[in-house]
Amino acid sequence: MAEATAAAPELRPLVPHLTLGATREEDYLNGSVCKNCGTKYVGPRLFCAKCSSSGPFDTVKLASTGELHVYTIIHQATPYVKAPYIAAIVDLDGGGSINTNIVGIEPTPENLQFGMRLKMFTEKVSEDNEGNSYVAYRFTPA
Amino acid sequence: MREVAIVGVSMIKFGRYPDRDFSQLGAQASLEALKDAGVDMKQIEALYSGNLYSTSGSGQRILQQMGQTGIPVVNVANACATGSTAFREAYFAIASGAYDVVMAVGTEQMGKQGLLGSRGDPATSLEGRVGSYMMPAVFGMAGMEHARQYGTKQEHFALASVKNHFHSTENPLAQYQKESPLDEVMNSRAISYPNTLLMCCPTGDGAAAAVLCSMDKARQFTTQPIKIAASVLTSDPFTDRDLTLPDVNTLTRNAAQIAYQQAGIGPQDLSQVELHDCFATAELLHYENLGLCGDGEAGIHVASGAPWIGNKIPTKYQEDIAPLQDKTYKPKTTAVVNASGGLLSKGHPLGATGVANIAEIVFHLRGQAGGRQVEGSKVGLAHVIGLGSSCTINIVQK
Repeated sequence: MAEATAAAPELRPLVPHLTLGATREEDYLNGSVCKNCGTKYVGPRLFCAKCSSSGPFDTVKLASTGELHVYTIIHQATPYVKAPYIAAIVDLDGGGSINTNIVGIEPTPENLQFGMRLKMFTEKVSEDNEGNSYVAYRFTPA
Repeated sequence: MREVAIVGVSMIKFGRYPDRDFSQLGAQASLEALKDAGVDMKQIEALYSGNLYSTSGSGQRILQQMGQTGIPVVNVANACATGSTAFREAYFAIASGAYDVVMAVGTEQMGKQGLLGSRGDPATSLEGRVGSYMMPAVFGMAGMEHARQYGTKQEHFALASVKNHFHSTENPLAQYQKESPLDEVMNSRAISYPNTLLMCCPTGDGAAAAVLCSMDKARQFTTQPIKIAASVLTSDPFTDRDLTLPDVNTLTRNAAQIAYQQAGIGPQDLSQVELHDCFATAELLHYENLGLCGDGEAGIHVASGAPWIGNKIPTKYQEDIAPLQDKTYKPKTTAVVNASGGLLSKGHPLGATGVANIAEIVFHLRGQAGGRQVEGSKVGLAHVIGLGSSCTINIVQK
């Protein structure tokens, strides 16, 4: 029986709506637009929840800039995450709303204004037991 | 469809039962509901069992504790609306004419599990890395949408906790029966802005049950049958951000509209409401979703005293709350909200909640609610929302 060869560790996006480029500067958020009704989704889609069609869908690049819709400041977090931190919903320029962390500012309500401009960056955030690394996106004030 | 009556209800005290399992809690609640109804287990023609964590065979396991009569059992899971969905199935079983007497039971054993939704594989979990999906985050952000739109202050949200904790002191079945003045709520440990620890419901264990019967047969069992005037279930319709931040408002508004139409009443006719205050922020959103006040008025509605037992702010809290009031505001409804102490005090054993809040209203309609009795209560609305999302509204009346 052939010995199983260990796969080389990979760099993987933490979410399917993040497409990794050759460098972190080339990473981008991806989306899908339903050709039947025009609804823009974050990430890949097979079917449309709005018009109940199977599209088809155009795969599109989503903006890396947007504005703060709402936020919360998490003080009690899951064990592997450092608190406090800012969790937010960001409305991307040109459409699409996403969950994200806002970093680069102290997590206080005074530092956050609804509608404030934000921009995306990506970074490695974790590693699994096989040595694969995971990249996530975050937002910071623009 | 025929008229359906509630002829028996029960709720065991919510809390921690480390030495029992959910089926024993459910059996206790079921036997108490049967006793309350004066119905023998052999008269129950079908069982509808709500439990979220032990979905498979939850109802059979309850019957294996207290009555294996061989009847059909339907096990239901529908997020936080699990118990109320089981209740609605029981309602339809009678309304359709399929059965004359059935039981709905809701149970859950949660233990001290910490924050709901906080678990995941540390390597690949999105939690805390790509935003937060924990319930405290979802309802923190849902509250912030209201703050964004209407300028609602953290203090206004906190008043829901002040009120419900005050109500809980007269509810011996509540998990917590402790008052908390405004400064104590505001200064308790921060969990997920704007909600502090005292603005979050606890996890716990519990069970509740109801015996339902066709109205034409109800008087065999009781002199006080309670009519189910509406029983409604909705799911989340497509809205712009629902797939990113669950929209807890639209499906509640849809359910309320259908429920008021079914019952032939409006929010101004309600004596009381038990609504889904899993977090203090949620309570204010649902005042508006259920039509208890106008859009943007939730903060001044709770500060006005209208949703408090007796429709007024207790004297000892008046000074604290005065700065949050709008003296020109005239409440358009007088429904007391969460006389039980709400989920914030009573606890929220997921599958039990939806049956328990119907039981609470029945206690009031019968005049059995003791020190928290809503005087002259004639009609009540029980609302539950489960994330993912499902919403139930049941309207019950004398």
